[in-house]
Parts: sequence; C-alpha cells; structure tokens
Amino acid sequence: MLYIYCPHCEEHREEEEFHYGGQAHVARPKDPDACTDAEWADYLYFRKNTRGWHHELWVHAAGCRKFFNITRDTVSYEIKETYKIGEQPAISE
Amino acid sequence: MAQKNRLATGGRINRNRQLTFKFGDNVYSGFEGDTLASALLANGVNIVGRSFKYRRPRGIVAAGADEPNAILQMGASEATQTPNVRATQQELFSGLQCRPTNGWPNEQFDLMSYIGKVGGRMMPPGFYYKTFMYPASMWETYESYIRKAAGLGRSPTENDADSYDHVNRHADVLVVGAGPAGLAAALAAGRAGARVILADEQSELGGSLLHSDDTINGEPATDWLASVIAELSALDNVLLLSRATVNGYHDHNFLTIHERRTDHLADRAETGKVRQRMHRVRAGWVVLATGAHERPLVYGNNDLPGCMLASAVSVYIKRYGVIPGQRLVLMTTNDFAYQTAIDWHRAGREVAALVDARRNPRGERVAQVEKMGIRVIRGSAVIDVLGGKRVAAAQVAAIDEQGERVVGAVEAIRCDTVASSGGWSPAIHLSCHTGSKPEWREDILGFVPGKTVQRQLLAGGITGSYGLQDCLEQGYQAGALAAQKAGFNAVKPASFSIPCVKEQSAMPLFHVPHTLPTSRAPKQFVDPQNDVTAAGIELATREGFESIEHVKRYTAMGFGTDQGKLGNINGMAIAAKSLKQSIPQTGTTIFRPNYTPVTFGAIAGRHCGELFEPKRFSAMHAWHVKHGALFEDVGQWKRPWYFPKPGESMQRAVNRECLATRESVGILDASTLGKIDIQGKDAREFIGRIYSNAWAKLAVGKCRYGLMCGEDGMVFDDGVTACLGENHFVMTTTTGGAAGVLEWLELYHQTEWPELEVFFNTVTDHWATLTISGPNSRNLLAELTDDIDLDREAFKYMDWRQGTVAGVPARVFRISFTGELSFEINVQANYGLYVWEKLFEQGEKYHLTPYGTETMHVLRAEKGFIIAGQDTDGSAHPCDLNMGWAVAAKKPFSFVGKRGMQREDCVRENRKQLVGLKTRQPEVVIPEGSQAVKDPDQPKPMEMLGHITSSYYSANLGRSIAMGYIKNGINRMGETVCYPQADGTVIEAEICSYIFFDPQGERQNV
Amino acid sequence: MSDVLTPEVDIDATAKVAVMKQLPEPGLRPVRAESPLHHAQLDEMAVAAAADSASAGVVLCEQKLRGHLVIRGDSKDRQFALSVTKVLGLELPGKLQSARAKDASIRWISPDEWLVVVPGDQAFAVETQLREALDGHFAIVNVSGGQTIISLSGPSARDVLMKSTPYDVHDRNFPIGKVVTTVFAKTQAVITRAGEESWEMVVRRSFADYCWLWLQDSCAEFGLAVQQDKGNKTMVFQTG
Repeated sequence: MLYIYCPHCEEHREEEEFHYGGQAHVARPKDPDACTDAEWADYLYFRKNTRGWHHELWVHAAGCRKFFNITRDTVSYEIKETYKIGEQPAISE
Repeated sequence: MAQKNRLATGGRINRNRQLTFKFGDNVYSGFEGDTLASALLANGVNIVGRSFKYRRPRGIVAAGADEPNAILQMGASEATQTPNVRATQQELFSGLQCRPTNGWPNEQFDLMSYIGKVGGRMMPPGFYYKTFMYPASMWETYESYIRKAAGLGRSPTENDADSYDHVNRHADVLVVGAGPAGLAAALAAGRAGARVILADEQSELGGSLLHSDDTINGEPATDWLASVIAELSALDNVLLLSRATVNGYHDHNFLTIHERRTDHLADRAETGKVRQRMHRVRAGWVVLATGAHERPLVYGNNDLPGCMLASAVSVYIKRYGVIPGQRLVLMTTNDFAYQTAIDWHRAGREVAALVDARRNPRGERVAQVEKMGIRVIRGSAVIDVLGGKRVAAAQVAAIDEQGERVVGAVEAIRCDTVASSGGWSPAIHLSCHTGSKPEWREDILGFVPGKTVQRQLLAGGITGSYGLQDCLEQGYQAGALAAQKAGFNAVKPASFSIPCVKEQSAMPLFHVPHTLPTSRAPKQFVDPQNDVTAAGIELATREGFESIEHVKRYTAMGFGTDQGKLGNINGMAIAAKSLKQSIPQTGTTIFRPNYTPVTFGAIAGRHCGELFEPKRFSAMHAWHVKHGALFEDVGQWKRPWYFPKPGESMQRAVNRECLATRESVGILDASTLGKIDIQGKDAREFIGRIYSNAWAKLAVGKCRYGLMCGEDGMVFDDGVTACLGENHFVMTTTTGGAAGVLEWLELYHQTEWPELEVFFNTVTDHWATLTISGPNSRNLLAELTDDIDLDREAFKYMDWRQGTVAGVPARVFRISFTGELSFEINVQANYGLYVWEKLFEQGEKYHLTPYGTETMHVLRAEKGFIIAGQDTDGSAHPCDLNMGWAVAAKKPFSFVGKRGMQREDCVRENRKQLVGLKTRQPEVVIPEGSQAVKDPDQPKPMEMLGHITSSYYSANLGRSIAMGYIKNGINRMGETVCYPQADGTVIEAEICSYIFFDPQGERQNV
Repeated sequence: MSDVLTPEVDIDATAKVAVMKQLPEPGLRPVRAESPLHHAQLDEMAVAAAADSASAGVVLCEQKLRGHLVIRGDSKDRQFALSVTKVLGLELPGKLQSARAKDASIRWISPDEWLVVVPGDQAFAVETQLREALDGHFAIVNVSGGQTIISLSGPSARDVLMKSTPYDVHDRNFPIGKVVTTVFAKTQAVITRAGEESWEMVVRRSFADYCWLWLQDSCAEFGLAVQQDKGNKTMVFQTG
C-alpha cells in the first residue's frame, strides 16, 4: 500500500484512493494519420519496463479526480516526487 | 486436579481465580494469568501433539510466538473452531476447549507414528514430491490423504457469529514490541508529544521485564515497568495495544496489527463486542523493538517432550510459577542461559548438570552457579536424549573446540528436562517484510536488519544488543529521534542504571556432533514443526540444492505456521557447513507477512456477508422487490432480471415479458445506465474526438448513438448522447462502464486536450430512468403528460423533449433499445418511484408489464443491437461489428480509435465479424461461448471460426436467435457452421444478418 | 393533468445549456419524494427510539432532499470567486475547506469543483442566479437526486469513521470545516467535519443503503441512535 502525495490536494493519501495509469509522458502523436503502423504500434503498445526510477501516471480517482505524475522506484517503491500534468520531473530515469 | 508442577509462590498469576479448561477429552485447571501452555505444563501434560510427518510425540518448547509444537485447535463449538493457535500465546479462560492439531486417533497414541518409526529413512525430504508424482491423474486422490495425514487443523463448518473489524490509524511513531527497548522508545516519543502507538503481542506490556530479576535505577524492574505504563497511559497522545501482534510491515510504513480483543475472555465475544481487530496503521516513523528469539541447539532426539528452550523454562518459572520438570540438564554455548539453572535451583528442584560447550567459561554467572553446588560440565554437549514419551536421560559427551566431533566418552545423566541455548537470533521478521536484506553479524552470531528505504529505527534485541541497559538506552534514543524526525522537539535524555553482569562471549555452535554420522544418528530436529532434520538438510545439499531458498522449499524448513522462528538459523548454519561455505555466503531466507497466523475474520473485518461488496440500488428497487423480481448483478448494481409470476419458470416469464412489450407496452428500470453531464463551449468538439461517429451537426433536442473506441480502434463502450444545448450534452454509457468512461474522458481532457473548455460530471444517480417500450408506450405516456407534444412528427425518433410526467418535471428521450416505439423518461431520482407507480396506475389498461435485463437482452438481440462487453471483448472494431456506419472517417480531427482501426491487422481479410446465427432446429438455443467450426469431424485441434456471444429463445420469432463472431462472417451469409458441444452433440446454424426482427426499423418510427 | 402547472415546455434550439427546474410545482396533488434512505424508515426509527438516543455513542441523521449543485470553474479567476460569493453569501472555499451559512454550504471538491448544498426547493433558483452571475468557462450541474447527506455525531462518531475511512480523522489533521473526498468502506464519501463531535458525509444515492448498513454494523459497539431530519423544508410543501 503506497502512500501517495496528491499534488492537487497537497496531501498524502492512501493508495486505495488512486488508480494507476501506466507510464507517464506517453503523448498522443499530434497527427495520428501521419504515423506509420510501426510508429502507432510504438505509441500504443511499447512501454519501458524500468528497474529503478520510473515516471508514471496516476489519477486521484476517489478524491479530486485529477491526473498527475509520480517518479517512483520500481524496486523499493520509494516515491521521489509527484507533479502535475504539464510539469517536468526533477529526476530523469 | 492437582497442578503438580505449580510452584507454591511466584509468577504473575492470580491464584485466587482458578480456571478449568479442557485439552482433548481431559479437564484441567489453571489460574487467571496463565497461558494455555503454562497451564498444561503446570498439570504435567507432556505431549501436546504429534509431529507433522513422523508423528512423533511433541511437547511444549517455547513460551511465545516461536512455539513450534503446541499448535492447537481451539473452540468449544463448531462455529468457534480456530486452527493453529499457539498455546503459548493463548491466555487461559474458564471453559476453554482445545485439542491437539495432529494425532489420530489421539495425541497419546498415533497410528501414523509407526510409519515414522519404521521410517525416517522412508520419508526423506522431497518424499511427497518423489512418491506422489505419478500418475498425475491420481494427485487429487493422494492429496486428500496427505491432507488428512498432515493434520493442519481445520476451519469451522458453521458460520463464525463473532464480529471482526478494521480500524485505520495514523501515528507519528509506531513502536513494535513493548519490552524494555520498546517501552523506552514509546516513553521518549510520547514525552515529545508525538502520536504514538505501542503494540505488543502479549497480554501484558513489558516483554522480558515481566520475568526479570534486574533492577532499574535501583528499583525492581517490575516496579519500573508499572510506573512507565502508568505514565504512558496518562498521555492522550499514546495508544497502548496489548494482545496486538504487528504482523505485517508493508510499503511506505504501512503496518497491520492483529489485535485479539476477547480471545482471552471466552470462546465467543460478548454481544456487540468486536472479537478481533485489524489496525491498519500508517506510521511516520517505526521503531522496531521486536527483541530476539532464543536458538535451541540441534541434538539427537531433541524433539522429545521435556526438551525446551532455556529462556522458556525461566519464563515459566518466574512469570507463571510453573516448573516444567523435576531434574534439569541445561546445555548452553553462552553465559546468559546460566540464569535458567539459577532459576530452576531457586525453585527448589534439582539441576542435574549444566553442560557448557565452551572449554573454559569464566563469566560471573558461572561462578554463581558453581557456588550453588551445581555441576558444570565444560567442553561438552548433550549429544542426544533417551526416553519414550518424555526425556529420561541426557547423553553427555565431550566435544572438540570447533564443536564438530565428539571426543570423549558418553555419560548418561538421568533427567526429565533438557533445556538448551545456542544464543539468540534477532527477530528481524518485520524488517524482512519491507524487502530489506538481513546482514550476518559474526560477533552476535545472528542476522540483523539490513538497509531499508522505510522510515525505520531499531532498538534493543533486534540490533543484537541484549543487555538491559543497552536496550533501554537504545530504545529511548530511538523514540526521541523518531519523534524529532516526525517534527517534534527533542526530549530530555533519560538515564538508566542497571547492575551489570559480566559475560563472556558465546561459542558458535548450532548442530551438536554425535558419535554417529548425522545420517545415522538419532534424528536431530532443526524445524520441529515441519519435521526437518539436520540429516534432511545435508541430504538436500547433497542432492544439489545449493541456494538456501531451494533448500527451504525442498525440505519445507520454515514453512510451518511458525515460519521457522526457532529453526531457520540453525538450518542455514547446517546447510552452510554442508556446502563448506560461511553463513553470510549461504544467506538467509526471507520472512514474509504475516508474523504469526491471522484469522480470516480479522483479515475480512466487516467486509463480509451483506457488506462484502456494495450493492447499488436504483430509486425503484423497493418496488422491484415487492413485485417478486429476481436480480442480476451488473457491476455492483442489482438490476431486476425478470419478474416471474407465482410458479412461472424463467423462460416462461421472459417469453411473457417479451411478447407483452412487443404487443402492448413494457417498462424497464434503466436508471443504472451511466450518465455524464458535459458542459462547455468545446463539449461538442470533445465528444467528436472521443466517439467514432459525427457530432458536428447534432441539433439541440436531438440524440445520437455513439461508439467509443480505444486508441487501438477497438470498441469499449457505447451509448446515446443527447444535445441539451449548444454547449451542453448528456452522454449515456453502459451500466458497468460508467466510472471507466468518465475517467477516460478526464484522461483525454487533462492529459491531451486541456485547452478544450469542457467539464464532465456524473449524473448517473441523479436521474431515475424509466423506459416504456411497445406500441402502446405513446398512449401510456399521453395519460401522464399534457405539456409534451407526443405527435410522431413533433416528437420524432431520436428526439428528446422536456415537460412533466405525472406532474414531475422530466426529460423524455425517444430512443429505443427494443426496436419498439419507446420513451425513456428521466426524472430526478427522488421522484423515480412516484412516477413509476403513476405509470402503473395508468398502465393497467395497456397491460403494462415490467421487464428485466433478460427480456431487455432478448429484445435487443432480436434487433441486433450489441451490448458492449458481451458482444465485444476488446478485439472488435466497428467494422468487425458491421457498424461501419458509425465511423466518420472524414472528421477533421483524428478521433480516438481512427488510426488504430486502420492498422494492417485491422483491415486484413478474414477478421472475425459479428453476425447472426439461426439454428437448423429452431427450438435449440446455442450455449453462449460455443465455438464455431466448419467441419465437426475434422481432426483436433480444429480450426475455430469464432464463438457465440449472445443467444436466446425469441418468443416473438418462435425460434432461437444468436449473435456471434465468424471469420469473414459478413461475406458468408447463408453458410452453415457447426457448434460442437461438450456432450458430443453438434448444433448446426446458418450465418445470417443479426437483425432478426423488423429489419426496416418500422416499429420504432411509428 | 390540468392541475399541474408546468414551468417550461419545449426545447429552446438556441439554448447554450439546458437549465431545468426539476421539482414539481406545489399543487393540489401531493407528489411524493423519496430520499435515498427513504426505505430505511429513519424517521420512524427516530421516533421509536427517542428515549435511547441520550446514551448512544453515535447519532445518525439523513439530511435529505437538499438541493445539491456542483459548480465547476477556475478558482484562480477572481471574478468567478466573487460572483459565487455574491450569490451564495459564502466565500469560495480553498483546498479541502468548506464554508456554511444558515441555509447554504459549500464544499471544495477539487481544484475546479465545489459542491453547494441549499434547501431542496432552492436548487433551481440558486442555479439560475449563479448562471446569471457567472461568466466565461464554468458549469453548474444539479445533482440533488443523486446524493444525500448522512450526518454522524456523538462521542464515538470519530471511532466509526476510523473503522470506515483510511483518511486520518484526528483533530490535528481534520479540523472543523475541513472537507475531504475519500474512500468510505468500499465506496466513497465527501466527509466534512461539521463540529467538535459532528461530521457529515455526502454519499451517492445508489450506495446510500450500503453506507447505512455499514454504519449500523460499525456503530453496534457504541450504540446508535437515529435522529429526525429537522431541516427538510422540501417535505413541507409537498405533503401539504
């Protein structure tokens, strides 16, 4: 059970209030129709399988319903930072 | 009922309150303050169970959570049966009933033990794997016998009537263990003003202080204890929990505490009282003051009743006033255990010998023991013990300095108790739960917690510091530091003065040598609970198991309910020696939650029975119940499934509901459909990006059906969206998809298109939706409204209108999921039941018939309307569903799913497509899930063409209908496919359009 | 049906948003409204057990049939905040805060969302006033039928919350006036600390029965009393 700081509520909340949304910073291509099948497949299906710091998308589903990102260590589960959509992480992977 | 081993004085028991209890079929008595174990020992009960594999008689070994043998089945009634209760942790109460877990027909005489006697060599490690592997088909038969033989206790067959719950707690500092270190930690953190929880598994806080002869600052330890508890109890910010085992240490300092609130009082909790409680604690800082477990030595026949831990013997004498035998032989590798000989001697019984493995012990306690006249045998060990159901003599022999060989003659010393101490192992279990890797410390011959990412501090025995002074000082410092780190001010340091006993270092000895090689020596048990012996571990290493984790799994060492608290370190040492490597090289196995067994009741808390899962009800639910509806679970909703008349079968009820709707008018509670209010100037643009079809021209007052796809192009939800205003829409979703769709919309809005001005809000629960359907639905509605023009031209199919129905303001949508003339009446849910009843008042003359989800399914299937989630499974795009009309590929924005459905795989030939299927025999209904093949006689594995997704008997058509996937099905109309069934029969069906009824859609346009 | 007066009849094809008066007009014929916990017959229970309520650890009351309006907008937009205040007479509360006056309250839900609760018969009027006062990008949604308020008070109310929500309800973390949307048993609730020993939870209609069952069970060890809803103005004219 993680204890997650919601950057919108500015409080720590229990993991059960949140839903996980997968890897963060996977932007939808600006012009999908111009993507090749391979590019589109890359956007759709291919994700890092990071061991260590990982940026991931979460939503405060049972709280403010806002999405945000977390930098989390996939080994120790330590959370280094949480930040709003559009903001950049302090740590890179 | 004499308690023959009860001392005349001493112990923290109330001799004025005698309690009677039943063990097996015998009645005994003990005192208030006893544990079940101390009471059994007081009564001279030697055998408390039979061992797991060899069925050897077993007695009590320990005095706490580390007890491997006295694992009992508790409960005075069937409903209160609880398996795997440690007698050492169960407090005695009057009327307690328990029996041994193993032993058939009973613990004194066990038939299985004869196999154990002949065997041992017949049942080596891996016995079950090796013996019961073939043939595979027999495994289930084997397993039931193995389970009976294994005797793992049993769960009750009746419902547990007691109540259990969870409490969520938040603490600045959680202190685990209320021994000297933990008490001092709580005291410091409490004085600093932090919110403190101090939890301990025992009935009384105090740990080793409860049987200590020490003095603290000049007063007896028990007086100090009382004053500390008084101070802590007076602090509002400190919560003291006894009988509360911290059994799991999870991520981000989340810990679970299993508190037994009434288990010490009676077989059942008093009415209204909670029997057990799980505290779910989120702690700022955790101080682990879990202490240490004494390590027994491994010697021949060391499982005979009468073989005990040295410290446990002292606990029984001093805390419970119970002496577990007449004549003691004590074997030790360290000074500390000498205390047990002193305690035994002071209790007035004989210490036959104190056997010290060290050549030349010189500590203060050694002198003290010798002064008492106790015989100390140096450089020696108990290599095995003799006896049948109880120790009769200890075989003592000199050993070499490395503790590897017997070097002297064997002397048999008569005794009934052999206490042993191989030193102490820090209780690192909780630290292991967090993933921290234990580290070996040669100086203390034990593993201590390794690095951790948790906000955790350690104090006392867990760090390998066993002296009282160290424990108190470390505890106080840890508590103060934890509070400080949690944001509280520093507290005044405290000093503790304890008379110091000089000790000499211990000898590293785990496995006592024998005159015979290990494989031929009497069994030397490492893990008595799982009958793992030193020979078994050596065999495992010889068979090639080198990783300690593999040795553990092969031998089952540490797999018992005690998790190897007693034996694991010995086992690792033996494995290391056998592998000719060091203990740190060998490493240790990792302990996992839970520390001690937890009842299912405590795990479930209140989330059971009626409260297992929320049941969601619509505003008309009470009516449905009153009118005999049976209910179907749709997500968490309880939806009426069908409304049988007395004696009516489901099929007949559904047929009646279907016919009534098509012939006159039926009514469905559609309130559960998800409804999302969408407002904002970009609402229309947003909807157009999310749905596959076109929305640019939908006028105010109109509705449209939409398909929602993932980026892969696959359909995941559908529904009708109405344009309420230029900047205002209401979207409906499937019942099960409501929450997911809202989150989907928010995801795209918040992460991809935040520039679009739009807000989404759920209004699912706000509106009650009453759907009337059938040729008379307009007439019925006309009875209840006079402000909506129901004329077919004024209020067309796919229009919505606002007005009043039965006097209640309503939005009425002329949309249809049945293919009939149909109106969905939406009123604020507080008026839902009122309007529903008014419809029935007026509906009598039209034979208004309530129908449930089953009829809804049949009617929509007759029309070929899909149900997302039933006819789709995430692998079908709109064209696969033959719904290409709902894809507006020319929309300027590349809507979600558009690029996906153009991928190579999505446009290839021979994709599975949704079609209708008519059976050759009209009365046969193909089971849903049936697989289609062209030729049922082809060799296996057959080529699968697709499967049935929806299948019903249609009373309106007088035949069965089905929808399903068929490869290239849209181009195979008229072909016949076969559906082989599990019973060997084959159902033949013809591929057809899935619109079985009114293909022109005339009925909904009347 | 001639005795029913209707506020609006047809569709305005040029309307930007559809604002709807959703309550029946007071007329000769009474229209029965049922709150989400109507079936639990709390008022009857309250009358029957009035004598026991003094010793109860928890007192429960459904504040039913209130007008619930969700307001969406930009809290950083000063004009938006001022307009809301002008209509409601309440400051637009900041993060995790609430404000209340005699007849109205407002709860922060999310950085761009608030819940306004007014007497049941005033929802339409307040929505209309807000719409007139507000400008730019905002939304108002009437959700009165979709949720209800359960108040818990008494010396053990906090203990019951501790059994039900993982959120920290300690004084230090949950002062009077604070509001959080969080997990409640296996559903969700908007929990407000209304007073020293009193709390309010906004729960969704379809989950109300589950919450009620949960609360009865959780309160068992403390004793539970049910109180009649004294602030339910809506009922007055509908039964009149």
